[in-house]
Amino acid sequence: MPRKFTPKVITSNDLLEGDVIYLARDGEWVRDIRRAALYDDENEAISALACADSHRHRHVGAYLADAALNDEGLPDPVHFREVFRTRGPTNYFHGKQADS
Amino acid sequence: MYRYSQFDDEFVRTRVAEFRGQVERRLDGSLSEDEFKPLRLKNGLYLQLHAYMLRVAIPYGTLNSRQMRQLAMIAERWDKGYGHFTTRQNIQFNWPKLRDVPDILDALADVSMHAIQTSGNCIRNVTADHFAGAACDEIEDPRPTAELLRQWSTDHPEFQYLPRKFKIAVTGSPNDRAVTRAHDIGLRMVRDDFGKPGFEVLIGGGLGRTPMIGMVARAFLPKDHLLPYIEAILRVYNLAGRRDNKHKARIKILVHETGRDIIRERIEAEFKRRLAVFPGIDPQLMEDIDASFRLPEFIDRPQDEHEGLLSSDPEYREWAEQNLTDHRQDGYRIVTVSLKAIGATPGDATSDQMRAIAAIAEKYAYDEIRVSHEQNIILPHVPLASMPGVYADLKAVGLAAANIGLISDIIACPGMDYCSLATARSIPVAQDIAREFNALELEKRIGHIKVKISGCINACGHHHVGHIGILGLDRAGVENYQITLGGDGTETAAIGRRAGPGFAADELLPALRRLIDRYLETRLDDRETFLACYRRLGEAPFLAALYPDNPRYAGEQL
Repeated sequence: MPRKFTPKVITSNDLLEGDVIYLARDGEWVRDIRRAALYDDENEAISALACADSHRHRHVGAYLADAALNDEGLPDPVHFREVFRTRGPTNYFHGKQADS
Repeated sequence: MYRYSQFDDEFVRTRVAEFRGQVERRLDGSLSEDEFKPLRLKNGLYLQLHAYMLRVAIPYGTLNSRQMRQLAMIAERWDKGYGHFTTRQNIQFNWPKLRDVPDILDALADVSMHAIQTSGNCIRNVTADHFAGAACDEIEDPRPTAELLRQWSTDHPEFQYLPRKFKIAVTGSPNDRAVTRAHDIGLRMVRDDFGKPGFEVLIGGGLGRTPMIGMVARAFLPKDHLLPYIEAILRVYNLAGRRDNKHKARIKILVHETGRDIIRERIEAEFKRRLAVFPGIDPQLMEDIDASFRLPEFIDRPQDEHEGLLSSDPEYREWAEQNLTDHRQDGYRIVTVSLKAIGATPGDATSDQMRAIAAIAEKYAYDEIRVSHEQNIILPHVPLASMPGVYADLKAVGLAAANIGLISDIIACPGMDYCSLATARSIPVAQDIAREFNALELEKRIGHIKVKISGCINACGHHHVGHIGILGLDRAGVENYQITLGGDGTETAAIGRRAGPGFAADELLPALRRLIDRYLETRLDDRETFLACYRRLGEAPFLAALYPDNPRYAGEQL
């Protein structure tokens, strides 16, 4: 049995700064996962990723990451690695947690 | 120390200009990431979890104050005001912007530094004993050899596309402080029957997913034969090393799959061919290298103030007992500056701290600084007469932690706080262990112990050679920590044995407490180290302490 598809966001790193970015519904790259487009449909996610790959001058290494809607109806990361990517390191108050 | 020749300087500047052009072409879209990635990696630029990371080479871990100040400036101007010293005696900047990197590389070139060959499948920064030139047990200073290898390996056209990365370490002492047995090539200086120094050559050591202790390829290699012999090893590896699977591409796998005797024969056969056409090392070049590592003139000066503080200031005494090592010269000590203050990130130094170290080195310590693979800073030649001043200046910037060789002197890789390959975090684990045992005031009682933490199986934190090794893994979406016991990175090198099932993050500290308590209960006396106790008793009592509720281990009481 193939595994059931779980909702995904498209995430990457900004070419200039290396900062974590997400693909929003309107095709823009945004820094906040809460503004990311969440894909429930596997085919839609795969074609959106292929499309994201075409603007490679903007970012590096896009991939699909598991996400789930929170109480406010916005995407939250699922895996701890992706949680860290939304915040920054735990040893210093650097990265996104300091920028937001 | 070695100073760049005009050739070195022009070479590095040309590379920076080349990289500047490559960055511009990446930014204007004429280079894709697939094309750009190998180029940036050749210049030490990685893309990590939250940002780019620039790894700067510190050849055999040796720096002067000018270079250290420049690293401080770079950290402040283009990063977040700190740098991370690594287990390869390098420094990493965690937050550079792509557009700034060519300027950073130019600033490095201003002080004879670069980031070339700090990544990629080439010969990486050659590491050496951080006590080189100062150690009591030294046969000869290993740094001229390390410098020769640096010059020979930098941009060596034949060895830029090896099957995988290649690491060389050199020590001039029988006590191995450079982990030579866990390198692709380890060089240990030894004497032949006539007392002449040469090298014992070890090959095929390495940590990572398949940890192995290096085998002796040659018990004694005359110093003059070093380059052709190393070339022979690299040639055999370059031709026969596997390129089909990156996890099986290191020389250790080639040695293992081919067989030690066959590899040795192939190297010797290639060595004969190389030696026949080897013109020898230019004596002038070697003389120039040797001259740049000449020891400073040591002066005998009164040590009254130091002696006085030893009896009047308990903190000073503790620091002196823990962080000073005997020097080859009477009246001098090697100072290890701990970058492991309790709760700090192992290996990190702020710009202010880097500048303070530079000032201390300049004022008191012949302008010499080393980075150790254990992520501390070494001042190799410090007169006891200056020790009170050194201590006071270190203390003023929070660098007087008296914990070298203790349980809080932990090697930890950046782990999932920074690294894109990591499967779990390492830094918070190191911080927790240091805080816990410090709060319990157990550190001194436990004594000499090596705890090493890696955040993935690539083992940058050397966990396989920790007396206690900790490996962070992702178990079904949760951080999980596996413990290995009995590892050793010295001349009595051993790969630690995996204890048993891993521990959830919140179970790890209590498990380590039980492990350490067991050691304290069972050691012969306070001179028996954790490793010696483990070797005497075997793993059973320690496994029983780690897994008291697991019937498989719990029965194994003393």
